[in-house]
Amino acid sequence: MNPYLKLAIALVIYVAVGHKILRKAFRNIKNGQVFDENFLMVVATFGALAMGEYLEAISVLVLYRIGEYFQDKAVDKSRQSIAALMDIRPDYANIEDESGELQQVDPDDLEVGSVITIKPGERVPVDGVVLEGDSRLDTAALTGESLPRHVAEGDEIYSGTINLNGLLKVRVTKPCDESTATRILELVEESTENKGKAEQFITRFARYYTPVVCGLAVLLAVVPGLATGQWATWVHRALIFLVVSCPCALVISVPLSFFAGIGGASSKGILMKGGNYLEALAKADTVVFDKTGTLTKGVFSVVAVHPERMTEEELLDLAAAAESFSDHPISRSLEEEYQARTGKTADKARVGQFENFAGEGIIAAVDGRQVACGNARLMTRAGAQHKDCEVQGTIVHVAVDGVYEGHIVIADVVKDDAKQAIGSLQALGVTRTVMLTGDKKEIAQDVAKALGLSEWHAELMPQDKVSRVKDLIASKQKDRTVAFAGDGINDAPVLALADVGIAMGSMGSAAAVEAADIVLMNDKPSDVALAVRIARKTMRIIYENISFSIGIKVLVLILAALGYANMWLAIFADVGVCMLAILNAMRALRIE
Amino acid sequence: MKKSFKVKGIDCANCAAKLEDNLNKMPGVEKATVSFMTEKLTLTAADDKFDEVLEAAKALTKKLEPDWEIVTK
Repeated sequence: MNPYLKLAIALVIYVAVGHKILRKAFRNIKNGQVFDENFLMVVATFGALAMGEYLEAISVLVLYRIGEYFQDKAVDKSRQSIAALMDIRPDYANIEDESGELQQVDPDDLEVGSVITIKPGERVPVDGVVLEGDSRLDTAALTGESLPRHVAEGDEIYSGTINLNGLLKVRVTKPCDESTATRILELVEESTENKGKAEQFITRFARYYTPVVCGLAVLLAVVPGLATGQWATWVHRALIFLVVSCPCALVISVPLSFFAGIGGASSKGILMKGGNYLEALAKADTVVFDKTGTLTKGVFSVVAVHPERMTEEELLDLAAAAESFSDHPISRSLEEEYQARTGKTADKARVGQFENFAGEGIIAAVDGRQVACGNARLMTRAGAQHKDCEVQGTIVHVAVDGVYEGHIVIADVVKDDAKQAIGSLQALGVTRTVMLTGDKKEIAQDVAKALGLSEWHAELMPQDKVSRVKDLIASKQKDRTVAFAGDGINDAPVLALADVGIAMGSMGSAAAVEAADIVLMNDKPSDVALAVRIARKTMRIIYENISFSIGIKVLVLILAALGYANMWLAIFADVGVCMLAILNAMRALRIE
Repeated sequence: MKKSFKVKGIDCANCAAKLEDNLNKMPGVEKATVSFMTEKLTLTAADDKFDEVLEAAKALTKKLEPDWEIVTK
């Protein structure tokens, strides 16, 4: 075939396949952006054309376009699956019009105080209080908790949860853009603003990588070319350099991994405010816990009943009855325990005359007998000889007609998963687990022992907590971080001070969401361990992707310089590596 | 003032970085972040100049790449 005809055909195909790339390349040159991937592709393929490698030039373009296409698809897919995970935004709300008919309105148009109806199967559109109805809510989208939550009249409900079975009438307490679902979405979306060091590194790296590889390509073409005179060979090798020098594959997977990790965590009710916090949490080797409300439930309940002669139920029965007129938290926990064990409420009719001794307890007539219920001083007053107890907590002694009948111990109980939380953290290599509390030494020691904490400090004032955390930060190992988990409201200074502040976010508490870097929607200490696990996994994936992408590119560059690589391999090093890195990044979304 | 806008047509991470760099060099912009993942631009600028800066940002974005568009409602 006529060589000119051959060139003409090649050029037509080349332009047909590559017109988009050509256009972009020229526009970018006009804008002063030389090291642009499109430009590089154009130079590389023009070079190949000039050397008579028509087939190579065209197939590189075709492969590049195909690669780009799949890459776009993969990114779109990833975006969608992350978005689907966070699809908690409500579409509509039902509001009654004058005639009593239900109308669908945009949740944005709801006003505080208006009354909406939520049918079974519908998403709660805004935060509110239940006026009428009884139902179960699926809160999994907010908390990752699979067990439905029962709600009835007077309960607060949060947007983003799903009404499962009953019809609910709800008074709106927050406008749509201040409701829980919107706030969570904003928080997770804004997390991409706080870029992790790994992401900054890769962006900076990409900025130098392309010019450096292009410079090397020029050297590779010119120096050995001059020396050996074999221009064709060396220019060809240099062109391969240009194809490999495209930075996009490198840059894409890191932000994607961060976002997938943050998205995956949010599906478990763990909200991270940025890649930088995820990165810092992955490096934590010290986790400091506040005690009350974080490791413990923060509410008092009966932990032991020690009667002298009667049964435990009989002792509880007397105590609950004697205290039935009191609103004191201790009285209420006695009542709760009595109800839980017997299914009955304390019968106030049994109580005759009673007297309250402030700071001591109550002496009441129950079934005609004089029951004294209170601390050691009250026992002295009642003339009874009390016994001490080895269980830590507040002790309520009971005496009947001046005779000691035993005692009931009331204490703040540890959360069900607290022990497991400390165990998993230690298994993850978090060597120091520290508890700080303002409580008495004896109580703190009890809790610390039960949970297996490595350190604890008791009887601390708020400012002492700050200085303790400062000490811990000062004594941490290089490249390690200190995380603090607290209940968010009174721990703000410590939350801000720690490398990573984790708040037990009690769904909807604005203060906690504000102060912390990471918010746990479930208030579960074991989620601290889960968060560390997610952070570690995400960072592992990120480092895998960085080293894999850079590794393959450098390898192909070396092979190209030595003459072992061709354009196809170079294209693989560009788009192929990118695809693999994207697939790997998506693993961060899955949390088992 | 800080506001977020959707950016259409950002199809590679490097493009997002490029746009971010260019916007940050613009006079009047205190801080601009472009998220490739959420396709969102977060722009911080002085309250009284915000609209002006936003218009300039839109023009610059268009000039850099006609496929890109800052969507304002």
